[in-house]
Amino acid sequence: MSTLVFLEHDGTQIDAACLGVLTKATSLGDGAVGAVLVGGTGTAALAPQAAACGATTVFVAEDEVFAAPRSQPRVDVLEEVAKTGGYDTIWFSNSVLAADVAAGLSARMAAGLNWDLVDIERRDGQLVGKRLALGDSVLVEVSWRSACQIALFRTGSFEAQSTGAAEPEIRTVNTTPRPYSLAASIVEHVPKTDEGPALEDAEVIVTGGMGLGGPEHFALAERLAEILGGVVGATRAVVYAGWCPSSMQIGQTGKTVSPKLYIALGVSGAVQHRVGMQRSKTIVAINKDPNAPIFEFCDLAVVGDVHTIVPALIDLIGQRKGT
Amino acid sequence: MDKVAVCVKHVPDGRMRIDPDSKRMDRSGPGELNAFDLNALEEALRIKDAAGATEVIAVSMGPPQADDSLRTALAMGADRAVLVSDPDAAGSDMLATSRVLAGVLDRERPQLTIFGQQASDGTGAVLWSAVAELLQLPVVSQVTELTVLEGALRVKRQTERGDDVIEMPLPAVVAVTDAINEPRYVSLRGQMAAKRKPLETLTLGELGIDPSSVGVTGSMTTVLNLATPPSRGSSIRIDDEGHAAEEILSFLAQRELL
Repeated sequence: MSTLVFLEHDGTQIDAACLGVLTKATSLGDGAVGAVLVGGTGTAALAPQAAACGATTVFVAEDEVFAAPRSQPRVDVLEEVAKTGGYDTIWFSNSVLAADVAAGLSARMAAGLNWDLVDIERRDGQLVGKRLALGDSVLVEVSWRSACQIALFRTGSFEAQSTGAAEPEIRTVNTTPRPYSLAASIVEHVPKTDEGPALEDAEVIVTGGMGLGGPEHFALAERLAEILGGVVGATRAVVYAGWCPSSMQIGQTGKTVSPKLYIALGVSGAVQHRVGMQRSKTIVAINKDPNAPIFEFCDLAVVGDVHTIVPALIDLIGQRKGT
Repeated sequence: MDKVAVCVKHVPDGRMRIDPDSKRMDRSGPGELNAFDLNALEEALRIKDAAGATEVIAVSMGPPQADDSLRTALAMGADRAVLVSDPDAAGSDMLATSRVLAGVLDRERPQLTIFGQQASDGTGAVLWSAVAELLQLPVVSQVTELTVLEGALRVKRQTERGDDVIEMPLPAVVAVTDAINEPRYVSLRGQMAAKRKPLETLTLGELGIDPSSVGVTGSMTTVLNLATPPSRGSSIRIDDEGHAAEEILSFLAQRELL
C-alpha cells in the first residue's frame, strides 16, 4: 500500500485537518506516504509543513490555473500523480472542495470511495474504514474492491502530529487540465468574516431553523436563549432567508461550536449543520417533522410544534428561576 | 434552455434501519421524496417559471415504489419523470449509482442538471461530482444562488472559506443547498395533474448499461460489519401530547443544565 494525501491550504497554511489525515497515513507506516499540494504560484513553500507530518514525497502542482479552488483541475492532478507515482490509496479530509475532488476522482479512476469515515485500520492485509451511519447510531465497517481505494474522512478525525522539521522530496507536477475541468471560473471571492456573537465560547446555544416558520418567530429562539443565559445561532437556510446575519450561522460553512447545551428549534439537521455542532455535550431538538435527520443525533428528541412548546418551556424555566 | 433535469431520491419514511443480512439500508417499507431534493426541484421550476426552460424532468434510480416520490415531483410541477428500476441495480454504491444516473442524463441531454445537497438517508454528499465527471461537464456544489445567463450560469456557492461567485457554460451540473429557496407546497391541483403526466420506468438494458458495472457487482466499496458505536448515550424521544415543555424541563434539570 502506498498512500497519497490531498492537502488543502489557504496559501500560507495547510489545513490542520488535512495534516491530521497525513499523520494517520504515516502512522499506519506500511509504505511510502505522498502528499499533494495544488495551488497558485508559491504553493511549493508549504511543502515543509507536509514533510513535518510524515510525507516522504510532496507533489506540487503550482500554476495560476490552479489558484482558484476549483475541484475538477485537482481531479486531473491527482489522477496523474496516482498513476505516475503508483499510489493505490488516496485520502482526503472532508470539505466542500475535497468532497467534490474525491467523487470526481472516484468516477475518473473507477475507484471505490468510502466517505464520512471517522477512523481507518489495517486488518488482515486489508484496509477497513469506519463510518458512523444513521445519524451516528450505527458503526459501519467498510472496505474497497477496486485497485485504487479512496477515503474521505470526517473533518477533524485525526490530530496532526509534527515529527519535526524535515526536508521533503519535492516533485513538480505539470498537469494540463482537461477542457471541461476549466470551464467553470470563479469571478469573485468574498472571504468569511469572524464578527458577530461569540458562539464558539457560549455554554448554551439556541439555534433557530426554517421550521420556526418566519423571521417574526425568530424571537422565540432569542427569548429561550436569554432565559437560559445563552446565545442564539442560526442555520444556513435561515441566514439566506435574511432572518439574521451570517455571523450567526452554525455549520460546515459557518461556525463550529461545542456548548454544554445545544437546543435546536425547527432545525432539520442537514450534514452541513451537524458538522458545526456535533461536539455539543447535550443536544435537544424540537421539530414537528418526525423524520428530521436531527432526531438521529440528539439526546432529547421532541416531536412537536415549537410555537406551543417553547413559550410553555420559557414560562416553566421562568417559574423555576423565580422570575 | 429546453430541458432541466433534477436528480431525486426515494428515501425510507420514518425510522431508518440497516438490514443486518444485506448490510444495506432497508428500503422495503414506505418512503418519501428526499426533503433536500425539494430545493433542487423548486430551483428547476423557478427557472421554468421565468421562461428560462421549457421542460423539467425528474430522474431517479430506486425500487419500483420510488415512483411515489417521482409522482410527488410531478405534483410539484415537473413535466415528466424517469425512474431506473432494475433488480441488478440494487445495492449500488455511490460510483455505481453515478453510472446509472449518467446513463439517463446522457440519453436526455439536459442543459442543466440539479441535485439537492444530500440524501436524508445517508450522509453522502458527493454524487453530483461523479456524475459530472462521467458526463465530462463542469460541476459546482453548495450553490446558494443561481442565475441563468445566455448559454451559461452564474452561481454563488458557500465554502469553509467564504462565498465564491462562479460562472460556467451550459450544459452543466450543480448541487443546490437548502438555503437557495423555499420549496412550494404541492397543491391538490398539482396532485391531480401529476396522475396524467408521463412517468417512464426503465431497465438497465433499455439504457444500454452493462449490469455488471452497477449494483453489488459493479460497486467498488463494500460493507464488512455493522456495530454499535461508542454511543453519546441513548437518545430519548418524546411525541408531544401537551406535556413536552414539562418533560424538557425535567430533562434539563436532571442534567443540571438550568
